[in-house]
Amino acid sequence: MSEAKKYPAPVTNPETAAFWDAAKQGKFMIKRCTACGEAHYFPRAICPFCYSDKTVWEESSGEATIYTYSLMRKSPTGPYAIGYVTLKEGPSLQTNFVDCDLTTLKIGQKVKVVFKPTDGAPLPFFTPA
Amino acid sequence: MTIKGKAYIAGIYEHPTRHAPDKSTAQLHAEVAKGAIEDAGLSKDDVDGYFCAGDAPGGAWPMVDYLGLNTKKLRHVDSTETGGCSYIIHLGHAAEAIAAGKCSIALITLAGKPRTGAMPPRAAGAEADFETAYGATTHNAYGMCAMRHMHDYGTTSEQLAWIKVAASHHAQYNPHAMLKDVVTVEDVLNSPMISDPLHRMDCCVVSDGGGALIVTTPEIAKSLKKPLVKLIGHGEAMKGPRGGKDLDLTYSAGIWSGPRAFEEAGITPKDIKYASIYDSFTITVLMQLEDLGFCKKGEGGKFVADGNLISGVGKLPFNTDGGGLCSNHPVNRGGMTKILEAVRQLRGEAHPKVQVKNCDLAIAHGTGGLLGVRHAASTAILERV
Repeated sequence: MSEAKKYPAPVTNPETAAFWDAAKQGKFMIKRCTACGEAHYFPRAICPFCYSDKTVWEESSGEATIYTYSLMRKSPTGPYAIGYVTLKEGPSLQTNFVDCDLTTLKIGQKVKVVFKPTDGAPLPFFTPA
Repeated sequence: MTIKGKAYIAGIYEHPTRHAPDKSTAQLHAEVAKGAIEDAGLSKDDVDGYFCAGDAPGGAWPMVDYLGLNTKKLRHVDSTETGGCSYIIHLGHAAEAIAAGKCSIALITLAGKPRTGAMPPRAAGAEADFETAYGATTHNAYGMCAMRHMHDYGTTSEQLAWIKVAASHHAQYNPHAMLKDVVTVEDVLNSPMISDPLHRMDCCVVSDGGGALIVTTPEIAKSLKKPLVKLIGHGEAMKGPRGGKDLDLTYSAGIWSGPRAFEEAGITPKDIKYASIYDSFTITVLMQLEDLGFCKKGEGGKFVADGNLISGVGKLPFNTDGGGLCSNHPVNRGGMTKILEAVRQLRGEAHPKVQVKNCDLAIAHGTGGLLGVRHAASTAILERV
């Protein structure tokens, strides 16, 4: 698959800047609430489960399994596979699958995070582990 | 406090156009407003409530001005924007406003031209940096739901195809339908794969057009000449990945909006004679039938197979105008047309070949946004008096 696709640079904001700063170091961060113990994604200042403001950054293992996917057969930039993965730490998130044969993806397959460059901070994607 | 029986649908209009390059979007809103007001036997100067969503150019106040509504009388507006189900939510909100005495004759309009030109993208939410780059579209977002539903429940492409087959059986009798040819399960399976596992014929059409409703008090409705159709139950709900906890794309917010509407109406899915179910994709219909309680979760595939949704053949006639899969999908928003066909069925004004006999209870249900990402749902239960 061609990897020449150009991805938009994240706009970022004060609530999420630390995520993108870490991404530049190759680290994939999630947020965890120290009041209720739940991890979440994408990162918020206030825990979406218990509304505590005691949320802290935590580096994710980047290890995940495919929850679902769909292969978009045509687009102006060619075929791409969108999906959700469930991180080892718990939260599920939307992503694209890259650097693999997109026709062989399977629900339950193990994947790992990989970053792709933009004109700003790099973006997280997933590829078979 | 309930809205049961407090509001009636007294006027309906569906624009016959499916392609309108020679008209403006505001003009289409005016044409459907005029159509619904005339259908009710009222005048535009009678309207004292106006409801519109994101498709109305400029929003409520430019539209009220453009439409020439009577601003000395107009005393209630609502521009709730929840994508394709906005108009089903508006119907409930109009009933609430009427029950509270805030207005007595409400106009709801939808119109636009996505077939003539691409619609502007929806404004981004807080998730933008974490999702936009991944290219979620309607096709692949619903594809992701279908893929997981198949994985968890063994749903098949053949079963999904039956939904399109049923819609096509109805569309052959609708002179305005974009796709009038009756298709088979094989036709659907042989159509090109768009976004796995959805084929082209699992997808709705893209059409220009629109529709409008007049909602009013029982007293005013009874003074008019149309058959009486009253709202007896309404529900609305929203769903999203909520921080990524317990992600489950095999159900929609209809699992909450449906029971709320049925409870208010005091009936069960078994009582429904006709169902208008939003059909952006075949999987949308299947998931919503389960969520609304027409069958158990996971059994939607069996429920829709073998023509069970075909009027005169199956147990639950659905989308007898051909729906979004075959007739039209104005502004990429199917909520309005779902209400319109339900009212036609209750009035006995559907095409004779698809008219449900003794149709006294109908449901109009829709979703807005992306089932595979975040969305709203709304359910309306209507009764012929």
